[in-house]
Amino acid sequence: MSATQHLDFTQIYHHSPFHDRIEAISQVKSWSAWNGVQTARVFDTVASEYFAARSTTSVMDLTPMEKYRITGPDANEYLNHLVTRDVSKLKPGRVSYVVWCNDEGKVIDDGTIFHLREGEYRLCAAHHQLDWLLLSAEGYDVEIEEETFDIAALSVQGPTSCSVLTAAGIDGLDSLKPFGLIHANLNGFEVCVSRTGFTGDLGYELWCDPEHALAMWDAIFDVKARGLYDVRPLGLEALAMVRVEAGFILPGDDFNPADSTVRAGHDRSPFELGLGWLVNFDKPYFTGKKALLAEKQKPTARQMVKLVVEGNKLPVDSFLFDRKNGKRVGTIKAYTWSPILKANLAFAEIDTKNGVVPQEVWAEIYYSKELEWHSTWAKCSVTDKPFWNPERKSMTPPSAF
Amino acid sequence: MTNQTVVIGGGHNGLVCATYLAKAGHKVLLLEARDQLGGPASTTEFAEGFKSSVAHVLHSLNNKVATDLQLGQAGLERGEAVNTIALSADGNHLTLAKNVVSGNGLSESDLATYANFKSDFQAYAKALEPLTMNKPPRLKDMDTQDKFTLGKLGFKLRFGLGKDNMREFLRVGGINIYDVLKDSFESEALMGAIAFDAVMGHHMGPRTPNTVLSYLNHVRGEIYGDQSIPKGGMGQVVNALESAAKKAGVTIRTNAKVAKIKVENSQVTGVQLEGGEQIAATTVVSNADAKQTFINLVGGRQLDAMFSHRVKSVRAKGNVAKLHFAVKGLPKFTGLDENQLCQRLIVCPSLRYAEHAFNAAKYGEFSKNPILEITIPSLKDASMAPDGHHVVSISASFAPYQLKQGWQQGGDDFIATVLSVLEQYAPGISEQIVAKEMLSPVDIEQQYGTSGGHWHHGEIALDQLFMMRPVYGAAQYDTPVDGLFLCGATAHPGGGITGIPGHNAAKRILSMGGR
Repeated sequence: MSATQHLDFTQIYHHSPFHDRIEAISQVKSWSAWNGVQTARVFDTVASEYFAARSTTSVMDLTPMEKYRITGPDANEYLNHLVTRDVSKLKPGRVSYVVWCNDEGKVIDDGTIFHLREGEYRLCAAHHQLDWLLLSAEGYDVEIEEETFDIAALSVQGPTSCSVLTAAGIDGLDSLKPFGLIHANLNGFEVCVSRTGFTGDLGYELWCDPEHALAMWDAIFDVKARGLYDVRPLGLEALAMVRVEAGFILPGDDFNPADSTVRAGHDRSPFELGLGWLVNFDKPYFTGKKALLAEKQKPTARQMVKLVVEGNKLPVDSFLFDRKNGKRVGTIKAYTWSPILKANLAFAEIDTKNGVVPQEVWAEIYYSKELEWHSTWAKCSVTDKPFWNPERKSMTPPSAF
Repeated sequence: MTNQTVVIGGGHNGLVCATYLAKAGHKVLLLEARDQLGGPASTTEFAEGFKSSVAHVLHSLNNKVATDLQLGQAGLERGEAVNTIALSADGNHLTLAKNVVSGNGLSESDLATYANFKSDFQAYAKALEPLTMNKPPRLKDMDTQDKFTLGKLGFKLRFGLGKDNMREFLRVGGINIYDVLKDSFESEALMGAIAFDAVMGHHMGPRTPNTVLSYLNHVRGEIYGDQSIPKGGMGQVVNALESAAKKAGVTIRTNAKVAKIKVENSQVTGVQLEGGEQIAATTVVSNADAKQTFINLVGGRQLDAMFSHRVKSVRAKGNVAKLHFAVKGLPKFTGLDENQLCQRLIVCPSLRYAEHAFNAAKYGEFSKNPILEITIPSLKDASMAPDGHHVVSISASFAPYQLKQGWQQGGDDFIATVLSVLEQYAPGISEQIVAKEMLSPVDIEQQYGTSGGHWHHGEIALDQLFMMRPVYGAAQYDTPVDGLFLCGATAHPGGGITGIPGHNAAKRILSMGGR
């Protein structure tokens, strides 16, 4: 299905090339639109999908994610001017996590740059970016094409994902390092496999021509049919849990993307999002550099942090205070109960003290018991590391589980 | 080398800015791409013995600039005041002076209204002067100067104009000249003549919103003095500016085309000429328009993406072609004597005529009946043409930059069209022509490096004026590139031979740490 064929506005939900399989495997028929595509919120139960991602292998349809093909003589320099990170040395076969900013140094979106082959790049983004990508091309000889629906993609994540994919017939995964990619052969068609994902665990993303989409799906689920490994589909709700555990923020959910922000001060810079490590001032000019340099002169007033919340209550939309009944210093942006860590986890935006992030804040949590409302206080400690960060995530070769 | 200031472009604003800076102690090098200073204000020979300048009527040179730079001593002669004569095919012309109009058939009411109308508009223009002679104030993060400017503007609007006039100004400021004229006047010919000044040089017809503002931009010149046709063409003004610049110590190089503005870490470091010569500079002032400056000379790689996009989106598509006719003998215009031929003649017999002329431009076609501004500069200065000959200089609109058939194809057709209109007012003139030249907006762009061949380096429109001229982020003469400034018509308050952008830019450069 090409991008243009896709634009039928009379269709409420568009179908991904995996639709037939997804429809068949869904037990509860709980759908959401992701980028206009019918996407499962839950296939059977959130718990079984969550544990597939954490204990065995989960599979998720990534096709709706925005994808752009960037080629041409200046492709690398163009990308380096677009994003805040230095990608000038991104070798073919490597992937880089990046953010890009507007002129004011506020984050528009985040995503990944895949250097597929020499001079041939793919940019994956959370939100539609074609207009921004095109208008960022002044001064560069570069071709930018949206390829969202020209590529079928699956995210195969979990401790046994390497074993599953190897059993499915993909060779060469043993030596594939995190943020690396290979072009492999699967039953006679080409699949690009990258060791990337959104779960913070061992995992891969598979990219192929939509005409081979079902064959790719079948090859993976056939491993389960053959009784080798458990493989389960992953819905959006379980994904929301694992991505918090992994420490990945979502533009639009956890902060307002700059290009859709109307009110002054409601957009965020990489420093405010705790993504300062993605900003490189030593490389040539990039959009937002001047503004970010100016911002860097002053202490960051507020910052996105990861919180471990004590107690058994989820900090649903809570305000944060410097102490019990103290001064309000922030708000919760995302939260989840982590079954594997047995903890309540959250992303929050908190005020710094002259640029220093307080290590402890208190959440005022409202909760209902048999329809009666109560409030309580929970101590929250700030953590820098991802909540869930198993050794196998970065081991090469990943052990067989 | 330290503290070298380079001015790119020896148009009149470049010269004005360079002179102010040199007077304040800057070491200034002015680089002009052509072999001659002045850009479209220079007087050039278009056929053997026949001279003219693209800009041919002087009506807005700012007095402060002229006084500060002692242009009188430097040889400036504005020439005597000329009236505007709105031609009628039957010879029943209207003569428009600053505040008086005369002509057969004008009603008592129109005669009186004209005087009031003009004095009102001159008052509006005066009230806006604090805005004109200063950097346009930012609305966010104002500095003291900005607050002062806004305060003065507010005071002038409220107490200078008075409550009723301020209210009227705020009512008409953003609307179209058609409605305003229809509310006030009866004579079609008179309305056409006034509307002419609102649309000439713009991509606008009388019904286009914003034409009151573009008219006001024209009227601003009237509060500085009278319009004139300088002896020796506009080049004479340029010569005076050149003398003043040289006297102030500006080093001038012609045939020095800048290929690149060099930038490191958002700081300007100098310029590179075509041919590779590098000139280091701590301050670079560009008299070129925003697109030339940022897109072609700095380049998008050194700029933020949205800034480049805004610059590229500036509406700057010229709509005026310049025609120069070398004629044998003095052309005869129906009903005009020789003294009247020395005036500024216009062809725009009605609002409808102008609107229809503009309609064509919307669709990439030139007007079948263009509006014309005609001068005969050789009557002011016999040296502009050989003995017994004259130069007829015509600005003709609408002649869109992006002509559907292309100017290569359409150029001759347009000359024929202009001549056929001219014949209605000056029968037989075609036979007198011995040589001709036409500069389409594309030619003007190529010869003078102005994007789109636009008179004003960008439409004079509410969304491209004041704190948004040429784009926000570069509206106070300084730019996102530290040490790089704009000083041309692309900057506030826009085009015309005013010298104001050059003056304001110099003031800004000096206040930002210049000496």
